[in-house]
Formats: sequence, C-alpha cells, structure tokens
Amino acid sequence: MAAADSEFVLHCPVPADPGDRIVLAHGGGGKLSQRLFEHVFHPAFSNPLLDQRHDGAVLPAAAFQALADLAFSTDSYVVKPLVFPGGNIGDLAVHGTVNDLAMCGARPMYLSCAFILEEGLPVATLRAVVESMRRAAERAQVLLVTGDTKVVDYGKADGMFITTAGVGQVCHPVAASRIQPGDAIVVSGDLGAHGMAILSVREGLEFESPIVSDTAPLWPCVEALLKAHIDVHCLRDLTRGGLSSALNELAQTRGLIFQIEESLIPVTGPVRSACELFGLDPLYVANEGRFVAFLPAAEAQKAVDALKSLDVSQQATIIGFVSDEPGHSVHLRTATGGLRILQMLSGEQLPRIC
Amino acid sequence: MCLAIPGKVLSVEGEQPALRRGRVDFGGIRKEIRFAFTPEVQPGNYVLVHAGFALRIIDEAEAERSQAALEEALAEWTPGDSPASNSSLDAQDGSP
Amino acid sequence: MKLLTDYRKTSTVAQLARAIQCAATRPWTLMEICGGQTHSILKFGLDQMLPPGLTLVHGPGCPVCVTPAELIDKAIAIALQPRVIFCSFGDMLRVPGSKHSLLDAKASGADVRVVYSPLDAVKLARENPQREVVFFAVGFETTAPANAMAAWQASQDKLSNFSLLVAQMLVPPAMRQILSSPNCRVQGFLAPGHVCTVEGYVEYERLAASFHVPIVVTGFEPVDLLEGILMVVRQLESGRADVENQYVRVVRREGNPAARAVVQEVFEVSDRHWRGVGLIPSSGLRLREAYRHLDAELRFPAAVTPAPRSELCLVGLVLQGLMKPSECPAFGKSCTPDQPLGAPMVSSEGACSAYYLYGRG
Repeated sequence: MAAADSEFVLHCPVPADPGDRIVLAHGGGGKLSQRLFEHVFHPAFSNPLLDQRHDGAVLPAAAFQALADLAFSTDSYVVKPLVFPGGNIGDLAVHGTVNDLAMCGARPMYLSCAFILEEGLPVATLRAVVESMRRAAERAQVLLVTGDTKVVDYGKADGMFITTAGVGQVCHPVAASRIQPGDAIVVSGDLGAHGMAILSVREGLEFESPIVSDTAPLWPCVEALLKAHIDVHCLRDLTRGGLSSALNELAQTRGLIFQIEESLIPVTGPVRSACELFGLDPLYVANEGRFVAFLPAAEAQKAVDALKSLDVSQQATIIGFVSDEPGHSVHLRTATGGLRILQMLSGEQLPRIC
Repeated sequence: MCLAIPGKVLSVEGEQPALRRGRVDFGGIRKEIRFAFTPEVQPGNYVLVHAGFALRIIDEAEAERSQAALEEALAEWTPGDSPASNSSLDAQDGSP
Repeated sequence: MKLLTDYRKTSTVAQLARAIQCAATRPWTLMEICGGQTHSILKFGLDQMLPPGLTLVHGPGCPVCVTPAELIDKAIAIALQPRVIFCSFGDMLRVPGSKHSLLDAKASGADVRVVYSPLDAVKLARENPQREVVFFAVGFETTAPANAMAAWQASQDKLSNFSLLVAQMLVPPAMRQILSSPNCRVQGFLAPGHVCTVEGYVEYERLAASFHVPIVVTGFEPVDLLEGILMVVRQLESGRADVENQYVRVVRREGNPAARAVVQEVFEVSDRHWRGVGLIPSSGLRLREAYRHLDAELRFPAAVTPAPRSELCLVGLVLQGLMKPSECPAFGKSCTPDQPLGAPMVSSEGACSAYYLYGRG
C-alpha cells in the first residue's frame, strides 16, 4: 500500500482554516485560536495597534489633544436572534459603545472587543458578524485595537455574546446637571424601529414588515450639532426602555419637569401598527440609533436643521421643553388633548393580548 | 381585556371554513390570520383581529354612517350654545 | 391605520368632551367593565376631560387580574415539570401567584414561551412531539373562540402532547355580582365592545331590565369611549335604562354565531373563582367532557397549597368598583409594578397598573 511505503507523517487534525463550526479549542489559545484570528478577525480589523497581537494596546498620546478629557465606556451585547432586519449583534456591539461615548460628548476613537462564542456556532455566522463590525467600525471611524475570544459549551450562550469597551476624546461638556429650565427637548428621529424589528423575527410572534432596526453610529449627529455651534446641554441615547425611560431618568436626576407633546414624537406607520397589534407603547420600545438632546431653546431650530442634514437624523424634531416648575416627572400632552405622566418601564414590555 | 385591532384582508385560502386563513395588513405590517369565525371574508374586507383570529368583518358602511352622524351632530352643536334639539345626539333627550 | 385614526381625532374628542359636560347636570358614577377601556381612558387622558361630577370606576374585566392565584401557582408547578413547554399570552407572565410569577419560573429553568395566538401553541406541540405543550387559556368571551379553536384543532389532529390550563371568565355574571352588592355605586355601564362582538348583547338587556341600569356597548378608541359615556349620561339624565350599541361598526345584537358555536362545542359554563372577588356561580367556562382529555389540570395533577394573600391589598374592592386604585392605602407605597401586592398592579390591563403607569396617583 502506498501509505505504508511513504514516510511516516503525523496527520494533525487541526485544519488549515478554522473549520465550519466553532469548537472549544477555538477559545483555547492554541493553533485553532490562532487560525480563527488569522482567518476571521485579523482580515477584518487589521491595524498597527491590533497587529502587535498583544493582549493589550498602547494608545499613542499623539492621537489625543493635550489635556483633553477622555470618555470610557463598556457594554455587553446579547440579542436573539443574532441577525435581525437591519442589522446583527456585530453592528449593535460597535454602535452601542461608540454611541455611549458620543452621548458623553466624546469622539469615539478606540474599541476593545471580547467574544464569548458558543460551541457549534457556524463560522460563517461569526464571519458575517465580524464583517458587520468591520463596516460599523469603519463608518464610526474607530479602531478595534485589542480583543479576546472564549468558547463555552453548546447551549450556554445563544450563539454568541459580545462585549465591547471604548475610549473617546471629550469635545464638549454634556451632563444631566447642565439641563436648564426652558431647554428644548429634541429627538433625533423616529422611535421604536429597533425593538419592533427584533420582535418581528421573535419565535412565535413573527410578522412580515418593512421595519428595519435603526442601529447606527450617533457621533456624526453630535459632531453636526457641535459644528453648528450649538451649546448642547445633555445627550442620552434611547436604548432599552425607550424615550420614556431616558426622559424619566434625566427628570429624576435633574429634578425638573419635562413637558412633551405626543403629536410631535415621530413614529412611523408600521412601527405604530406593530405596537397596536401587540399592545406595546412605542415610547417604551428600544432604539439603537436614536437620542434625545437638551439644548437652549433659541438654538433649537438650528440644531434640528443641522441634524436633518444627516441621513440617520433626518426625522429630528423638537418634542417639548423643560419646565421651570420643580418636580421629577415627564408630562405628555396626548395626541387627543389629554395629559398623562410618563413612568419608567417596569421590566421588559411584553406583548399582550388582553 | 381583549386587545383587538382592525386590519385589511389581503388574501383568503382554505376550503374548509374552520381552517380558512389568509394574510391581513395592519397599517404596513402583515400577519397570517385565521378566518374560522368569518368564513365569508373576502380580500379587501376589514376585519377585527384578536389572538390571531378575525372576530368580525367590520361593517365599513356602518362605520362611515355612524361616524358621519356623530360628526354632523357634534358640528351642529357649537360650543357655548345649547345643543340643537333636532341633532341625533338629542334624539331622546331635548335638554342640554 | 384606517379605522383607528378616525376614532382618535382631536377635534371630535374635544367636541364630545364638551357635549358630555353639557349633558351631565348631576353627578354620576359609571363603570367601564373592560381593562382595555380603562387603559385607553388613562392613556389618552380622557378621564381629565370629564366634568368633575362624573366618576369612572374600573371594572373586573382584566383576565389576568381575576385569574386566581392558585391557578397561577398551578401554572408554575406545571411549567417547572420536565419536558413541559408552557405557553402563555405575554400579559400573564409577570402576574404573581401566591408567591411567584411565570417569569420567576422561567428564571428557575422552566421553558415558558410567549405566544400571540393559541394556535401557535398547537403548532409548537406538533413540532415538538417529545415535549408536553401546555397553553394557559385565560381570557373572557373575546378570547374564548380562539382558545376553543386550539382545543378543537388539537383534538382534530389527535395531538396527545397538547393540553390547556383553562381560566375562562364570563362578564355578565360578574356584572350581576357587582349590581347585587348593597354597596354598589355604579349607575351605568360601558359594556365591553369586544366581548359583545363575540357574544352579542342579549344577556345585557336582561341585566339592564332587572337592575334598571343603562348599559352602552362601547368600543376602545377615544371617540368610542367618549361617545359611549355620553350615551350612558344621556340615559341617566332622562331616566332610561336601556342597552344601546355605540360600537355599531363591529357589534351585532346576536354577536358572532360562528364563534359562539365553536365555544359551545368545546366549553361549558361552570362556576369560577375570581381573584380578589371569590366564587361567582356560572361565571366561567370549562372544557366539555369530549375535550376533558385536553385539561392540563387533569393531566398534571399538581398539589398546590393556597397561600394567604396580602391583607394590605384591597384588590377585591378595586375590581368591583368599590374603590379607586389610588384610594388603596398600599397604592404606590408598598405596592408598585416592581413589587406588586396584587395582580391589578402588574397586569398591563390592571386598573392599579394603569393608574400607576399613567400617573394618576
């Protein structure tokens, strides 16, 4: 037999590429880990800092303005399903953290990224997620400079979890404490698309819809406001708990009453309809590319115009004002002319039938 | 109780009335809905949907008629005045 | 969305509010039976448009509020059994039984899933033949046909791994109970439009006649609700006690015969315990003999010991319209949606939750 004649070769089971599915060894730090990095992560994220392949990254001082404040943020991303209309967990993981920095008035600069992968995850899915992250990072103009990968047993991680952390340089002071009576309250776009896009593909609740997630980087919007010389007082992204929860948190922190008009709050027809069907309130639905800004009323129209120049904030609009009465609540004038106090969300909004 | 939402029927399929089903449009989103209780439904009808079932074909003519009657009655009655005694709202009750 | 937005027109709402103010010359107390109507009223701020003498009290029409704690305990016990997939409408998940909720059970490892339609649970049973799928069939007359169809379909398909935990309630017996109370302060009713879509309103004509109380079958949008209130007030002012139908675009006197037939086929009338209220004779439905093999209570005989409920929670008074949620000493203090003492504080339709959520403290 030919094999018996040939020289003895150890047939190493490690394939040249990372294989079709994630196995525990991909997180083991050995050859498979290396292949995963070389075939999946490196081609997407390559940059001089990452390419040093060290467990940490040294950020060059020259990249920062002298004496500038730095903003630092971290967040973990879990979403089911991993891919949804308009995005996937990768987009979220980049946008979420760069947006947290942008909401500090900071230009996002560097990201770290840690993956927890589930054994059995198709490598193709990971590639697709990483490709989205690459595009999102490029669009947000951030570098992914360090990372880590762990693999856990089958059934322990819903496919994958991602944690990102980010550093940015503060360009403008924004804080809840700067919110003033008389400030205009501006939202950057239509609300509820992300939450309803996820719901549309949730097992048991599926529906056909044109709704796609609003996931997007928000720094360009903040930058547009600053370039227009708007003295932005406070920024907050409208993620979990939606507009209502964000406003309540700020009203409570700042000790002021916010007055908003339901008829001015942008919600698209399909999102509104999906909310009707499942008994949800769009004011509590999560967004991943929307924020609320507090700024001087005299500059509000200019701010809206600046935001409207960007695709992501084309629907920006003034929804209300900060009242000069003391208090800790958010008052909504309903579209039918009634008055309602918006409360914080208690737990996750569940679709209801009754 | 009982969240029920109007939607427009796009398609109807199924021979057996109990298993009849089709797609319903709710202002831009679509879902498969069962027509077991409204087997006579036709595409273009509006139905009232609860828990995945159409409970009733909405009587559009009646909706328009009752709405017009209400608006007419309300319009005849301008604020500050007492209601016109011949309006439909006052059919059974002449006093304001 | 056509047929919704038409009924939210600000100008019509304002005109109706003025018409009500003009029509009500004396103080009146009205009850809207249905929790969905309570929510609409508070969500759109309609209560604040009414004249001060006109009081709305909120009825027991919230299925998850009146589902007994013992049955939720039973649901949890079933959900925690191995191989069980427990399906429920989202509303029911957060409602506490005597101690825990289905969400707590999920956190302890139970496979609890939210479905939109009862047929989604039947589908799960078909797709998972090695699992036991149990559907929590809660609801009033509106939901009974959909729940009945799930039983019918499972029976047709001879699915041996599907069952229903039934908590099916009926409105008219509860209204009769409220009206029979010597403390009853309700003078007129908004009858629940979607319940009447299925069952019609013949039964309500009997109630109106025997208790001399006006009843108006009413829809759920702001214009519907205000018009319904106006119609009740006009009856009260003129001393009438009839059943009128505001929701004419949907409701017929005889209801929906096809839907009623399926309910008749699958269910029969039975006594039911109402949470916070107690036993009301003939106030619910249970599976008929021919469908009894689908009864989850028989398939999973779980022994559940009833735990005493909080004495601070005055849910019974609230559900019968004898007390406004904000009049309860626990409201917003020891009882909030995060730490509920009773079901009406957690359910999306519960009067207490609506009061809390819409800032009527």
